[in-house]
Amino acid sequence: MKISAVSEDSVLVTFADAINDTLPRRIALLCNRIEAERNDWLVDLVPSYTTLLVIYDPVRIDFRRVEAYLTRSLGMPREPDPESASPDPTDQTSHDIPVYYSPESGPDLEWIARENNLSIDDVINHHTRRTYTVYAIGFAPGFAFMGEVDPAIATPRKGTPRSRVPAGSVGIANQQTAVYPKASPGGWQLIGNSPITLFDPTNLSLLNVGDVVRFHAVSRERFLELGGEL
Amino acid sequence: MSGLRVINPGARATVQDSGRRGYRRHGLSAGGALDIHSFSWANKLLDNPANSACVELLLGGFEAEAETDMVVAVAGAATRVRVNGQPQNGWQTVQLSQGDRFAVDPTRSGRITYIATPGGFDTATWFGSRSVVVREQIEGIEAIQKGDILSPVHATSRYQPRRVPERFRGHYSDRMTLRLVPAAQYSQFNQDDLLRLTTSTYRVSNHSDRMGFRLEGPALERVPTGIISEGIAVGSVQVPGDGKPIVLLNDCQTIGGYPKPGTLGALDAGQLAQRLPGQELEICFANVADIQNERVVFHRFFSESCWHSDGYSLSWR
Repeated sequence: MKISAVSEDSVLVTFADAINDTLPRRIALLCNRIEAERNDWLVDLVPSYTTLLVIYDPVRIDFRRVEAYLTRSLGMPREPDPESASPDPTDQTSHDIPVYYSPESGPDLEWIARENNLSIDDVINHHTRRTYTVYAIGFAPGFAFMGEVDPAIATPRKGTPRSRVPAGSVGIANQQTAVYPKASPGGWQLIGNSPITLFDPTNLSLLNVGDVVRFHAVSRERFLELGGEL
Repeated sequence: MSGLRVINPGARATVQDSGRRGYRRHGLSAGGALDIHSFSWANKLLDNPANSACVELLLGGFEAEAETDMVVAVAGAATRVRVNGQPQNGWQTVQLSQGDRFAVDPTRSGRITYIATPGGFDTATWFGSRSVVVREQIEGIEAIQKGDILSPVHATSRYQPRRVPERFRGHYSDRMTLRLVPAAQYSQFNQDDLLRLTTSTYRVSNHSDRMGFRLEGPALERVPTGIISEGIAVGSVQVPGDGKPIVLLNDCQTIGGYPKPGTLGALDAGQLAQRLPGQELEICFANVADIQNERVVFHRFFSESCWHSDGYSLSWR
């Protein structure tokens, strides 16, 4: 655990040097704890894979005091030992996201199958079988980086990004998966499309760092019924 | 409500206040006024609360008609404004009568000008702020268009004429030094590269906007490899594989994986944001406590100083 000054108004808390799927949960818990204290100096929090950026108002507090505060917060209630204390599954938000997997909604589905010597159904099964953790939100509002994708279907980004990826597109980039909240340029390999809303200005991001996510396949009809567009 | 009816927004005009708080974990940018120095003076001219929304003009060239008697204040790059064609100086309040044509001339040095009005402009609030981040393409959060009506929060038809004292005005043709607080990856940079960064002359590139400013100059040669994506502080200098530094500003993405040797404070970021393509600058490293102290003094000045009745001088309370 390391706390370092990053700018006149922020510090970076580094939890570990490598990505692991227990970190997002710990980072989210620290976020929630800091937010619950309603410190008047707190401006923003940016959780990511292995870090938490804490942005503060330098007029109200200085680096040394933020550092001391964070050291205290990190040290106080020890994180529950994953072995002994059974983590309460109810306080971890989980999502089940419907996806219409098909070449018409996922233009790279056939290519990923071919590239990995799999059938299209295999690719879908590999993608729906796992439970993913949200590691970070970024790139665009509500864009959640999730992992880890089964190595059998992990595929690098496209050499040339598409100038327009439709909203709802479900993509793979190496061992990560994500859903595009809205149409944008993008280089992820697209395997399907989801009709759900990932970001709107009232409810903000559906997915948050530390949440767990599963995907399930739906038919074309069900996809359209749920509001999906092709 | 009535106010300024926009005839020509110029190259780009957006409403900005001090930006959003608490929304970056949803992937939303901070937004907010790029240059807090001239933004604060525009509001100070009208004794506005520090966070009041101003119109942020890129390169001037703005034109509007006053639909009612009203007052505005101008600070930043524009040194000349016009009321019905009659020139007046920038960095002061401007009294408008109903039907007056108000224009901000295109700027010759400097990039950004703020227009303030009593209580700020009363535009839609999103994510706890009136700041507009065009890049996110969220419906309803848009740049100012021809025909928009920009109304003041407080309808004030007359106001004491005021001018910003000469010594406090910005001069954006000056060569500047960007002071960086060493950031998390400072020690991963090669010593020769850090020396190159702090002894070379860099120039503002054409690729400069509210998201970030690219700097042209000697490329760093042994840039650390990408890092695990982490939250980005506004003012961060990131160095991608090509070795050319990019200073990230208010509308930048919330997380990123390029290594960062350091971060500009808000005051230096504002001065940089005022620079035009081709302008030269230098880079040095500074102590976080020094930059914080300067920011605190800046804040105190604006919150604790009062105008004298001459409308041209101020004293501390």
